[in-house]
Amino acid sequence: MTAALLAGVVSSAILSAVSLVYAGLGELVSERAGIVNLGVEGLMLIGASVGFAATAATGSPYLGIAAAALASTLANGLFAYVVIGRKANQLASGLTLMFFGIGVSALAGKPFIGDIIQGLPRIPVLGLPFDVLTYLTVPLAVLLWWLLFRTRWGLALRATGESPAVAFAAGKRPEMLQYQAVLIGGCLAGIGGGHLSIALTRTWAEEMTAGRGFIAIALVIFAKWNPLLVIPAALLFGAAEALQLQLQAAGINLSPFILSMVPYLLTLCILAFWGWRRQTAAPAGLGRTFLGVE
Amino acid sequence: MPHNALAIAFPIAGTKAGRAVATALIALAVFGLLLAAAGKDPFRAYLDTLAYVFGNAYGFSELLVRMVPLMLTATAVALPARIGLINVGGEGQLYMGALFATGGAIAFPEQPSFVLLPLMTLLGFAGGGLWALLPGLLRAARLVNETISTLLLNYVAPLIVSYLIFGPWRSSESAAYPESTAFSDAARLPAFFHTRIHAGLLFGIVCLALFSFFMAKSRWGLEMRAIGGNPEAARRLGIPVFRYTVAVMAIAGGVAGLAGMSEVSAIQGRLVMGLSPGYGFAGFLVAWLAGTSAWGIAFMSFLFAIIASAGDILQFTQGVPYAVINVLMAIVLFIVLGQRQSRRAPR
Repeated sequence: MTAALLAGVVSSAILSAVSLVYAGLGELVSERAGIVNLGVEGLMLIGASVGFAATAATGSPYLGIAAAALASTLANGLFAYVVIGRKANQLASGLTLMFFGIGVSALAGKPFIGDIIQGLPRIPVLGLPFDVLTYLTVPLAVLLWWLLFRTRWGLALRATGESPAVAFAAGKRPEMLQYQAVLIGGCLAGIGGGHLSIALTRTWAEEMTAGRGFIAIALVIFAKWNPLLVIPAALLFGAAEALQLQLQAAGINLSPFILSMVPYLLTLCILAFWGWRRQTAAPAGLGRTFLGVE
Repeated sequence: MPHNALAIAFPIAGTKAGRAVATALIALAVFGLLLAAAGKDPFRAYLDTLAYVFGNAYGFSELLVRMVPLMLTATAVALPARIGLINVGGEGQLYMGALFATGGAIAFPEQPSFVLLPLMTLLGFAGGGLWALLPGLLRAARLVNETISTLLLNYVAPLIVSYLIFGPWRSSESAAYPESTAFSDAARLPAFFHTRIHAGLLFGIVCLALFSFFMAKSRWGLEMRAIGGNPEAARRLGIPVFRYTVAVMAIAGGVAGLAGMSEVSAIQGRLVMGLSPGYGFAGFLVAWLAGTSAWGIAFMSFLFAIIASAGDILQFTQGVPYAVINVLMAIVLFIVLGQRQSRRAPR
């Protein structure tokens, strides 16, 4: 493999991993508070379509990203109300959110199909050709790690994820913490979706996330609920995708569909390989509904 | 994910009629506002849908056609739910069923119907079953949670279909649009009364009836309920939990595979991309809403089919993308989710 090809693979691996990092970190915060959100796919789609629409309308990619974050935070607020406020089943609510996102994004993005936008500008730093969201992934992961593992807020949030009743007994407000975690998750998933349409592809197409939301959920398990491990895990997935594009460009005859399966199968293999041990890393109260204490 | 997920995921539906009507009206109003905001006419859209679905035989028959995959994929969720397993992989299992059935139709184009259709049915069942067997084994061996593995496999199955119809199975007649060779007439499920209502409806009815019968009347159903109630206690009683986990997942996948078989054989007549507009996921929600009753599944499939028909109408008459109908479905579900369990939550 030539140096140029390698550089191309690495750089496009990083770029396609960015949306996964944001969405994965968002899901991680939510799961640390005990809430599984299967609707990340829908949130990313809302972020991608609203972000693209806002960029096309205002001409500013930064406003586009902000709109993406806001829109999917709002959408996740709906999910948060249903699962935390009304104690609904998290899996069914998450899938409902996914359908909601597919529909809303199709409606919001329709008038903008085929528009040409000014993408998120690349800012060269130390010879690296990335956009600002890409540079921010590492500081964000470190920040979230610090917040979760080195602050009182993070301790309370993780305690909520392990056992809301114990957190409540310790004088915390589990539901408030869960709302905060889920809204952070929505915001980050929206930014991830926005990066996809505004920086990576610079187009909007229906269901363009193509399962990335579900990969983000797998990433969290893969990273053993540790924000710092989300980045290497996302890079692995980005690399599979990038390699596929580069091999095609290099004229190597391998069906793109076969390569596209790699990330999903890889996740499954690694989960199977880790087996039961990973379970010890999962928040004990994950997916359980906290019905309050007597 | 919790092991007592069954109890949380499938509370028996007990919605009163009045409440259901209120839910429908609120959902229609909210969705109407959304349509109005997008510059469409919601009243005309709703009237068009009613006229289409109940105004003529064709529209109503389309409704029944759409019910078939929903009933089958919902059964594929309700069955493993009885032993506390959550199968979110109906979509992938549907695609694999379609793929295997297509393999049969393409391999034996000369065979008569009475050979080919049973063969394709078996292959469809086998395809979906194999696709769910892996998550079943991984779960039974306590390696990977079945929720995650079935979800991930949903995305692999359509890619295999794409690979085949862009590659080895691509029809030489249609250069522009990738699809498999058209099936011979013998490989098409027969339709009834000059409509598109097809024998797949029988698959749905038979599967639901068998599901209901075995759960209520057989020793298997009893043992499955025991596993669902407390897997550890069931194990101590000598019930083979491992075998049940693997077999139930495989059978459930097979049922979803039948949905794929009936879609390619009766509706499409060939293997195409975008075979399912999310039937597998919608089936999960149907099963969740319906609880575990067969009548509930049939009724909820009917309701979801009406919503899907509204999507067709919106697309044709108002130029709205078909996917928008997912919003109406989601609003209904969010309202129902918001009502559920709130009674049980102490405040």
